[in-house]
Amino acid sequence: MNFAAKYVSIFRIRFVNGLQYRLAALAGISTQFFWGFMEILLYRAFYRADPTAFPMEFSALVSYIWLQQAFLTLYQSWFFENEIFDAITGGSVAYELCRPMNLYIFWFTRSVANRVAKAALRCLPVLVVAFLLPEPFGMSLPVSLPVFILFLVTMFLALLLAVSMTMIIYGLTFYTMSPLGLRTVFSSLAEFCSGALVPLPFLPDGVRKVLEVLPFASVQNLPFRIYSGDIAGMEIFWGVALQVFWTAGLIALGALIFRNALKRAVVQGG
Amino acid sequence: MITVQHITKTFRVARRNAGLKEAVKALWKREYDTIHALNDISFTIGDGEMVGYIGPNGAGKSSTIKVLSGILTPDTGQCDINGRCPWKDRSSHVQDIGVVFGQRSQLWWDVPVIDSFELLRDIYRVPQNEYKRNFDELVELLNLSQIVKTPTRQLSLGQRMRCEIAASLLHSPKILFLDEPTIGLDAVSKLAVRSFIKELNQRRGTTVILTTHDMQDIEALASRVILIGKGRILLDGALENLKKQFSGGKILRIEYQGDTPELPNGLSWQEKGENHGVLLLAPELLSVSEAISSLSAQVELRDVSVEDTPIDEIVANLYREYRI
Amino acid sequence: MKLYGRYFSIHLRSAMQYPASFWMTFFGQFLTAFSAFLSIYFLFDRFHAVEGFTYQEVLLCFASVMLSFSFCECFFRGFDRFPSLLGNGQFDRILIRPRSTIFQVLCAQMDFSRLGKFLQAVLVFCYAIPASGVEWTWPRVLTLCGMLLGGVAIFAGLFLFYAGASFFTIEGLEVLNIFIYGGREFGSYPAVIYGKAILKFWTFVIPMAMIQYYPLLFLLGRTDSVWNALSPLATLLFLVPAYLFWRFGLRHYRSTGS
Repeated sequence: MNFAAKYVSIFRIRFVNGLQYRLAALAGISTQFFWGFMEILLYRAFYRADPTAFPMEFSALVSYIWLQQAFLTLYQSWFFENEIFDAITGGSVAYELCRPMNLYIFWFTRSVANRVAKAALRCLPVLVVAFLLPEPFGMSLPVSLPVFILFLVTMFLALLLAVSMTMIIYGLTFYTMSPLGLRTVFSSLAEFCSGALVPLPFLPDGVRKVLEVLPFASVQNLPFRIYSGDIAGMEIFWGVALQVFWTAGLIALGALIFRNALKRAVVQGG
Repeated sequence: MITVQHITKTFRVARRNAGLKEAVKALWKREYDTIHALNDISFTIGDGEMVGYIGPNGAGKSSTIKVLSGILTPDTGQCDINGRCPWKDRSSHVQDIGVVFGQRSQLWWDVPVIDSFELLRDIYRVPQNEYKRNFDELVELLNLSQIVKTPTRQLSLGQRMRCEIAASLLHSPKILFLDEPTIGLDAVSKLAVRSFIKELNQRRGTTVILTTHDMQDIEALASRVILIGKGRILLDGALENLKKQFSGGKILRIEYQGDTPELPNGLSWQEKGENHGVLLLAPELLSVSEAISSLSAQVELRDVSVEDTPIDEIVANLYREYRI
Repeated sequence: MKLYGRYFSIHLRSAMQYPASFWMTFFGQFLTAFSAFLSIYFLFDRFHAVEGFTYQEVLLCFASVMLSFSFCECFFRGFDRFPSLLGNGQFDRILIRPRSTIFQVLCAQMDFSRLGKFLQAVLVFCYAIPASGVEWTWPRVLTLCGMLLGGVAIFAGLFLFYAGASFFTIEGLEVLNIFIYGGREFGSYPAVIYGKAILKFWTFVIPMAMIQYYPLLFLLGRTDSVWNALSPLATLLFLVPAYLFWRFGLRHYRSTGS
């Protein structure tokens, strides 16, 4: 219990810190509204061009887009903390190592808290309005209660998975010592592969099948499509299994990278 | 000639309270504090003067520098620097000033220092012959010849500071603002910087305004000190007068043989050891020679040294006196 | 101009001090633009046309917007990163130098890795210019140049608004991303596909449509109206309020110092 207490308190501090930025939240909400709206209009244009080629229910797509906007900060792949990068490249990570806690868990908790704090301020207004909007822009309710519970579970795992990916990038920065390149390449890859740019069902079958196995697809693609019933039945089961596998795997990989990197840093004297 | 009259500046800052509850509350309503950064500031500085501008953190030092360099427009008050108002005639005014921020670099990190110099030459439109003359002089006085071809990031802090100072002087400014120029430097670099500034002032007659927390800087460079606290000027005068007024006496260090001596009126123990000690002397009650003769009548003095109160202590006394 | 050249050379040499990081970032930027292109490619693979525009026609639109955007990101980076210039005191330094502030902010940062996006846009252009089926006449070539120039004007104006707003708030800036990144993202498609209301927005509020939809119609021969050909020039007007707003922000900054 004591072990967890300090991480809870890190979470709390970061969370409170995140709440200070009310204007940022307001700005974010407006941006996400606009973005969601434009996306829906874009896909509506494609829908009109050829409704038969549309790979999912239009309402499912609308839900997907609004969920994406509401929870943007939970899953976005380019959400990195410059403070952490600076600590690594500037060497002040040495101070962090003096504290009696595991650096991986410390930064992991902190990243989760930051994302949750941002999302907490932003998601409700976006969701409320998205539900109130008229057809075809409005968001629909989840298909059933069990589906909704599964949605919540996969949302949570997806958050851990998203953070574990950024943790790997932080870990690799110990080796490259210059985060920018790695970060840009990772972000643009992850954006595309996770379905943040185009929902995965819109991609050609061959490409889609490959992407669906990769860890990126287990982030937003899975929960958002479970919500609207686009992924159902046995597919959910496999999806969750894959998600658990990737989350555990990437956390283990990240922790391993951290352990080796820190050992190296200590040997080199920072 | 710098004339500053009744300058006032207030800021409004959001108040932040701790705790989750307060943070949530602040989502709806935010409270503000008004801060008087500068409160009726007036002074005059003549050409070629070297002035130390001191005060604790947040006293208004940097706001004053910002006003004098034209970055900040005050709420009220006038300022005239060589016939120009800094914030109204900013672009012509800044041609005549040089500013060194001890904590921020103006040199380009990844290219040799000389490239930064040449860039500054073009920014300030310095004629080539004047640039050449200044460059040679600065390189010689600051001993830069070995380092100007080195990228800034490879320089030590002391080397970098010397380059920073040179960079601020390439356009022969009439006034030089130094904001903590010796912060973080080692003893040798500090001495080098100080002796250069002194030399510059004598050679070119450059007016120097210096803010610092290092009282040795002030002692070495400034004949006049302006003390600011909570946005007001508390004291403006010669360093000597200030010392007299706030020194609180001289310090006697003695080594002796014999029993602990009885002290005459005007002398008190600051530290009392066996056969040695530090004594505080109040000059208005007792002269140094009287003190020594009184002591030597009682014990055998082996060594005596007389010191002024360290300037750091004087300033600490000052801050205490003015409750800032 | 000579001074700009000097800044340019310093930035270029600074970037080349870390070649590995530079090329990695360059590649990342290329990838960012490439995945935007892929999205279009895959959507058209499925739907073939949208509102009467074919894949190749849309690419013309995509490439010209991406080209002007990445140009601005590279050379107007000082405005894009303006909050950090304010935060680290670099802007105060700019104010104590006897040159135009706008010029100095322009010179304060250049990010050549953004040319990775630029390169990608050029490649798409090389494909789309012949493939779009446009009969290239002189007026059309000039109109295309106008589209690029106008695009630079719009994004430069938006960056200037962004920098001006950072004098007042750092937190609220994200709202301008609607126009900056929204303009780039949704500007890839002719503005008409989003419907009448949005077209009006992209015409009269942010004149994005002036550099894509309207001149595109002229390029494709769907209209002969001179107005469509000249519409990109109208975006130059957008710079006026942007500049005034910047001036307004600067005055605010110099009176509050924060």
